[in-house]
Amino acid sequence: MNTVLEARNLSKAFGGIQAVDDFSFDLRRGEFLALIGPNGAGKTTCFNMLNGYLKPDRGSVRLQGKELVGIRPRKIWRMGVGRTFQITETFLSMTVLENVQMALISYHRRCFDLFSRATRLYRDRAEQLLELVSMQEHASRACSELAYGDLKRLELAIALAHDPVLLLMDEPTAGMAPSERVALMALTAEIVARQQVSVVFTEHDMDVVFAHAHRILVLNRGELIAEGTGSEIRENPMVQEVYLGGGAVFEAENEAASA
Amino acid sequence: MGFYFAQLLTGLANASSLFLIASGLSIIFGVTRIVNFAHGSLYMVGAYLAYTLVSAMDLGAFGFWLGVLVAAAIVGLIGLLIEMTILRRIYHAPELFQLVATFGVLLIFQDATLAIWGAQDLLGPRAPGLDGALRIMGEPIPEYDLALIAIGPLVLLGIWLLFRKTRWGVLVRAATQDREMVAALGVNQAWLFSATFVLGAFLAGLGGALQIPRETVSLQMDLSVIGEAFVIVVIGGMGSVTGAYVAAVLISVLNAFAILIFPQVSIVLPFIVMAIVLTLRPHGLFGAAGSEHGAPTEPEQPLRLMGEKGMMILFAAMAVFALSPVIVGDFTTVLLVDVMVATLFAVSLHFMMGIGGMVSFGHAAYFGIGAYAAAMMVKQLGIGMLPTIFLAPAVAGAGALFFGWFCVRLSGVYLAMLTLAAAQILWGITFQWQQFTGGDDGIVGVWPAGWASSDKVYFYLAFVCCIGGIWFLRRAAHSPFGYTLRGIRDSRTRAEAIGVDSRFHQWMGFTLAGAVAGLAGTIFAFSKGSVFPDSLGIAQSIDGLIMVLLGGIHALAGPILGAGVFVMIEDWVTRLAYWRVIFGIIILVVVLLAPDGIAGGINRLFARIRAVRKGGTA
Amino acid sequence: MNMRRILLGAIASLPLLGLTPGMALAAEDPILLGEINSYTRLPAFTEPYKKGWQLAVEQVNAEGGIDGRMLEVISRDDTGDPATAIRIAEEMVTKDGVTLLFGTFLSNIGLAVADFAKQKQVLFLASEPLTDALVWSKGNKYTYRLRPSTHMQAAMLAEQAAKLDAVKWATVAPNYAYGQDAVKAFKAELTRLRPDVEFVEEQWPPVFKIDAGSTVRALEAAKPDAIYNVTFGGDLPKFVREGSLRFLFEDRPVVSLLTGEPEYLLPLGDETPEGWIVTGYPPAAIETEEHVAFAKAYMDKFGEEPRTGSIVGYNSILAIAAALRKAGSTETEALLEAMEGLQVESSPTGPFMFRAADHQSTMGAYVGKTALVDGKPTMVDWVYADGADYLPSEEEAAKLRPAE
Repeated sequence: MNTVLEARNLSKAFGGIQAVDDFSFDLRRGEFLALIGPNGAGKTTCFNMLNGYLKPDRGSVRLQGKELVGIRPRKIWRMGVGRTFQITETFLSMTVLENVQMALISYHRRCFDLFSRATRLYRDRAEQLLELVSMQEHASRACSELAYGDLKRLELAIALAHDPVLLLMDEPTAGMAPSERVALMALTAEIVARQQVSVVFTEHDMDVVFAHAHRILVLNRGELIAEGTGSEIRENPMVQEVYLGGGAVFEAENEAASA
Repeated sequence: MGFYFAQLLTGLANASSLFLIASGLSIIFGVTRIVNFAHGSLYMVGAYLAYTLVSAMDLGAFGFWLGVLVAAAIVGLIGLLIEMTILRRIYHAPELFQLVATFGVLLIFQDATLAIWGAQDLLGPRAPGLDGALRIMGEPIPEYDLALIAIGPLVLLGIWLLFRKTRWGVLVRAATQDREMVAALGVNQAWLFSATFVLGAFLAGLGGALQIPRETVSLQMDLSVIGEAFVIVVIGGMGSVTGAYVAAVLISVLNAFAILIFPQVSIVLPFIVMAIVLTLRPHGLFGAAGSEHGAPTEPEQPLRLMGEKGMMILFAAMAVFALSPVIVGDFTTVLLVDVMVATLFAVSLHFMMGIGGMVSFGHAAYFGIGAYAAAMMVKQLGIGMLPTIFLAPAVAGAGALFFGWFCVRLSGVYLAMLTLAAAQILWGITFQWQQFTGGDDGIVGVWPAGWASSDKVYFYLAFVCCIGGIWFLRRAAHSPFGYTLRGIRDSRTRAEAIGVDSRFHQWMGFTLAGAVAGLAGTIFAFSKGSVFPDSLGIAQSIDGLIMVLLGGIHALAGPILGAGVFVMIEDWVTRLAYWRVIFGIIILVVVLLAPDGIAGGINRLFARIRAVRKGGTA
Repeated sequence: MNMRRILLGAIASLPLLGLTPGMALAAEDPILLGEINSYTRLPAFTEPYKKGWQLAVEQVNAEGGIDGRMLEVISRDDTGDPATAIRIAEEMVTKDGVTLLFGTFLSNIGLAVADFAKQKQVLFLASEPLTDALVWSKGNKYTYRLRPSTHMQAAMLAEQAAKLDAVKWATVAPNYAYGQDAVKAFKAELTRLRPDVEFVEEQWPPVFKIDAGSTVRALEAAKPDAIYNVTFGGDLPKFVREGSLRFLFEDRPVVSLLTGEPEYLLPLGDETPEGWIVTGYPPAAIETEEHVAFAKAYMDKFGEEPRTGSIVGYNSILAIAAALRKAGSTETEALLEAMEGLQVESSPTGPFMFRAADHQSTMGAYVGKTALVDGKPTMVDWVYADGADYLPSEEEAAKLRPAE
């Protein structure tokens, strides 16, 4: 049993509304964990407490035994937590390769170097990372010219640059075509398996969730209402209740998303 | 008691005057995101027109108010003309580029006004029926002040009704909050912008016209009001008309009381208030988050290292430049030193604005600190010239370190205005504190050491320092630090997510740019032999800004081209009569031909030539 | 010294050979004079000044010039920026090869060019700047100044102020070097003449940004017996309007620096306050032979009355012509020698000379009272105050200057 992340009793209220209430979970090495729930369930709040953007009112988050609460996001990143964004955030005035190089430069604490050529630093490693996400042929293109799916893959490469133990992915497939979603998540799953990275991700697309998540946590109104594998969650009456009665809803959502 | 009440009324009357001009500026910025330097000119023209109309009509009270309104309406039409012929063509240019165009317009207006109305200040008539004073609690209060006190809130109410009760007003408010949304709704943006500009110009004209019973109409009106108007807009929050009124009242009433206790403070008071407000509320009193940035623009292209061919051309050009003193006369050598100083200054500003994404309206502060530090070290501390060249930029860097700490907490136009506040506070202190800085009489006798006093030797000294400085910042732009700054500019979120302390890096970038500007100031001080408060004045900052934007903010070569062209043209054009109108037209032509700056224009030109050639051979 | 200069001159002119007329000017070649002023920044003051020197140059040349050589002025706009002024001065000296420099209005530009003149060893006649520093604390061998300085004009007013009953004084002056010097000089002179006076209030509005209403009220609150005003330009009409609206000037004498100069007085129009004691220039009322001739020639040429700037511009050329004649040469050393104690025997304002000790001219100013005559603002009850009477003795003045 190799626990990477322990979240305990996380709670957060915004002006009297309890966004997350007493939420706890563990994450094992190499595990692919999905965090789902209807809109307003507290997924994003929860996510932001893990990556340091929000400070919980109560509770603790421990990464390999070290407390993360109260630590700034960029320090958390340095402790080995990578992340991707719901809407991609990249350096649009740089090339694809340079984007990855920047992550490496920061990881190696070379940001204050005034005399090296940034484009010559950590090139090989950056190319390897791009290869990992099959972006090598785009390496010298301007980031601003990329298709959205490619930006997502670039973000993944950036997130892997500092060999993280944990990857936080906020709606990794949002805004993508269904075929791309499957490809991206398959790629992610493969990398995760190979590199023994643990992943927590939130997701709307239930196909993606059921296809790849090792374990699923369901949040509703800030509380954990269910936990289990894909099939366990599918069968869970409380989950069906939350998603407005009946497993049909999952299909309906899928159709809506693919329309 | 009556005394203080009367002082309050005086403050409120001034507030109305300031509000009228600031409200137009705020509305224009809110919707079109144009920083309108020509707003003061519109105000001035409003005053001149009102003077002519009211004097000509001589119809008593009716004639006065009619004259004021007609003057404002004409200024509104002038605004329409400016918007349709110039600004409309460059809305998609990089952020803030439009201010270069408005600067050109400002120059043209200065000469046009001089040509039409002559040089002498004109004293307009007082407002008929409001030319006396009333006694309130025993204190005499000018009747016209009372009228102004009423006019301010009335105009505010009028704008409020316009924005709440008309479809156009609703669109303007929507555009202030979210431009893309309005565009998506299928509203004709061009007309919305035109109408906004007309309204803003009308208000500026009205503000000017209403001043004629209070002050003489003069050619200095444009520049004397524009700084304060910006301050009011920023304190109130960009785009917020109510904010502009509250800010105008705050500044005017504070000033009315402050001069009773500490009269010297007037000159810097608005800037001190602005600095405090921005430090506590980064978007001004009523501004919304996101109100600080201009229209989104095309992302910049990735930087490329220079190819071998480019390197060779560059080295050849440098060699020719280095040999130029042998070929040209002494005066040209002196002019080239000026060009190098301006270029180094522009490059340092570009490092901050273009690379670092921190727009500065007050970069002259560090240029001036460098110049003054050099002058004081040589004259008062007796330090030699060479150590001074190293120490003075360090002092400028220390100044930038101090002010930068506050500035990097903000972004966009608010950051720019805080840099302006820093520069203006420094300028005010330097200008007024005669014992320490020599005040307006400056510090003279700051000439190079004996061995470097000939124009040629000094040219080479300046060459080493300036070209060295430019090379260093170019190198820095390609370094991890430069890339980090560009990364933060592109996406602060992404930068933080890869472990970059964005604020700290910006702070250091700010400091570095300040130190290099200080080096430019140091070279400047020795080349001119004297320093005056002008070296940290607003005109110096604006010159730098124009050089960077005119040259092209998206290219490393931009500031170099911009500075060279600017200094050379200025040196040539000032020999002519009415040179400001010529200079203004040149700027407008460049702006319209190359909305991405000179560097961008040249790139496009070369691209076209290449395309034609390829077409020819194929 | 001479050797070094010739050597320097030779080195400096090497690259210019073939570009300029060269060093050895033929007798028929004109004498080039370099002239710099803030023509676009302050046209209201510099345009009359330009007309003044243009008229004088025309007259000097009509009379055959200087020993057969015509005067030719190269005039440039300094844009109100000292750094630009230096660049222009450099161009005039090294490229155009002017004999001397003159002009400037703003004190900071005057000081910058003066220091440049010292560095480049060329004569500079500062026509208009008022700052005392120009001839005293920052004075140098190469710089002379024509117009009566801040100190002199303040002393002229202090003399009149001392005759008033007023004991409690308030001052209002723009907060920068000029205003500060003007208040300091006035206080010192008035206190010397009348040890019983006290200064109860000082207002320091920012220059050209006066908040007139508040300033007037602050002065009023101090209840002074009399007011000393230094504000000028756009600040002055604001101050006058707000002051008269609020009865600041009721039963309260005002002495006011420069306000009698047409440049400042005329814009006040029919709101000119009556009876202010001012320094200035009443062009229509001076009936000396020289002035009448000057005023007529000026009127004929430009169709308007001369102003203070006109007289300063005109006298500048008279002084330069006198110096060139006396020196009999265009060499700087000879000119410097000529300038020491140079007498200008005849000018529209009367004779004046340049003091050897501090390089200040003794050209004076007119002190009188403001009034509206036929609806037109003017000065009445005026006298000509000779500058020599308001300067410290040459020995004292020499001590005010830095050691050469």
